[in-house]
Amino acid sequence: MIQHLTSLPVLLPMLAGVILLMPPCGKNKQIRRFSSVALSFITLLASVLLLVQVKEMGSTTYAIGDWQAPFGIVLFADPLSTLLVSLTSLLGLTCALYACAGDDEKGSFYHPLLHFLVLGVNGAFLTGDAFNLFVFFEVLLIASYSLLMHGGDKHNTRAALQYVIMNLVGSAIFLIALGILYGVLGTLNMADMANKITNLQGDDVYLAKIGGLLLLVVFALKGALLPLHLWLPNTYATAMPVVAALFAIMTKVGVYSMMRVYTLIFGDEAGELSHMAQSWLWWLALATIVMGAIGVLASKDMRKLVANLVIVSVGTLVALVAVQTEEASAAAIFYLVHSTLVTAALFLLADMIGIQRGKVADRITIGRPVTQPILLGGAFAIAAITVIGMPPLSGFIGKVWLLRATFESEYGAIFWGLYLLASLALLVGISKAGSTVFWHHQNKGQDNVEPVKAHKYQISALLIVLLGSPLMVIFAGNMSEYAIEAAKQLHDFSANISVVLGEAK
Amino acid sequence: MEILYASCVGLLVACGVFLILRSRTFPVVLGLTMLSYAVNLFLFASGRLTLNKAAVLGYSSDYADPLPQALVLTAIVIGFAMTAFVVILAIRGRADLGNDHVNGQVPTNNNKGKA
Repeated sequence: MIQHLTSLPVLLPMLAGVILLMPPCGKNKQIRRFSSVALSFITLLASVLLLVQVKEMGSTTYAIGDWQAPFGIVLFADPLSTLLVSLTSLLGLTCALYACAGDDEKGSFYHPLLHFLVLGVNGAFLTGDAFNLFVFFEVLLIASYSLLMHGGDKHNTRAALQYVIMNLVGSAIFLIALGILYGVLGTLNMADMANKITNLQGDDVYLAKIGGLLLLVVFALKGALLPLHLWLPNTYATAMPVVAALFAIMTKVGVYSMMRVYTLIFGDEAGELSHMAQSWLWWLALATIVMGAIGVLASKDMRKLVANLVIVSVGTLVALVAVQTEEASAAAIFYLVHSTLVTAALFLLADMIGIQRGKVADRITIGRPVTQPILLGGAFAIAAITVIGMPPLSGFIGKVWLLRATFESEYGAIFWGLYLLASLALLVGISKAGSTVFWHHQNKGQDNVEPVKAHKYQISALLIVLLGSPLMVIFAGNMSEYAIEAAKQLHDFSANISVVLGEAK
Repeated sequence: MEILYASCVGLLVACGVFLILRSRTFPVVLGLTMLSYAVNLFLFASGRLTLNKAAVLGYSSDYADPLPQALVLTAIVIGFAMTAFVVILAIRGRADLGNDHVNGQVPTNNNKGKA
């Protein structure tokens, strides 16, 4: 059992998706909801078990079908990937629970699709094979296409069409990049690629460079890095908020792939090709932060605002990836967990606010007061403090850490200036939104609408993601130790190679 | 053979990119299909182009690299599913939005610049 644990976070959601399609889950709403939440919980449990196992016994690989690396496909569980898998499973549980309040009935197959999406994301985090990464990208994308259309109207169709076309072009580029890299290196196992890239000579070096930079285009598209971020605000703002909350992890898949590929394959050991993406990533990341901050100031509704916050967080993370030191990666890992949880919480909050304000929905204008001002206002305040990065919550720790990590780097001063200005913009944008929504009312007593209260499932789902931030502060010591350890292993070239390829020799 | 093969792939990519940049969904879908053909051919070539070699060990003294063939198979299956999805989506977009422009509205002469 223990030796197969690595495969469980991928297998369980797949089984869950299939089970939920079959009777009795397919027929009965109550059974379907209950089993969806229960199965998400089991996935989470398996992910956390794997995390504990990796923490105690070190990184492991799992050869699928017992075909050994580099010929077979391996799953590679190290502290970073297991942390992200646990995060994804937690987010899956949250969104399954939240949707039980009624969102899952607005279209068909919400619960199975959710599990398939978790399958794709978990697989992308765990896989140690570049082509398998492509396959899991496609799995998560096709689930996301359908989830995007869930309960949608015509704005939704337009955004989905553009999103699907963008991603199909991205997949084509991904395949071309993999074709080039395979042609040059003769392998698709990431550790083996890293091993072989050190011995490249002559024209092959340039081919590998082209392949590597094409991969960068793909990851920038998935991660919504400027100038490939344009699909994100519309897509996230027209999707149902609970779906958007689940999508909060998807941009992180792009960022994680960048971390993996440009630290392991094109890292310190890659000879002429080492750190080739760094200069691109750094400036694009800065530009992304600026665009995101401008977007936050210009947003007219809450969901667009949160979508722009996602862009800012992607920019920040990619800047840290571009620094490529252990400390920066550790800061990135901490910030990644924090920003995923808080953007998910904000999407859920935007939904609850939108429901309670009736016609005005989540637009940032004067309207009907929310029915539960203390609950929603308090939650919004916590989430806002977290996402802006003010003390005492986790955003502040993340911010201090990432500022310290970039201090030594070449253009650190520019990053400091831009990032702090962007934070100011976030502060202004979010406070404006919060005060308009919660404090400026129009009380004409006009509507005899029934006051809508948040469902208990919605509140508990919100609490799960919202409490992540205070918990990350209380256990900041453990959390940062873990992040440092994960970063150390991410950068440990020879250890990575020997874990994956050791059994083959 | 290499030159012929490479120009075929190049031509398909060029047509695909041109069609994807059009503003109606039908040419875009066609462009995506062409691009995926080009990608499949390209992937296939990444195992080097050879004549008269078996992809299975033991059937001839020289053997071709079987992995790209497996990759192409996977890519074809995935590409087929994705194309089917985007066709359905384009049809639904036509029904929902009343036209087949990728932006959901046909630009009029007044705001040509925006489109």
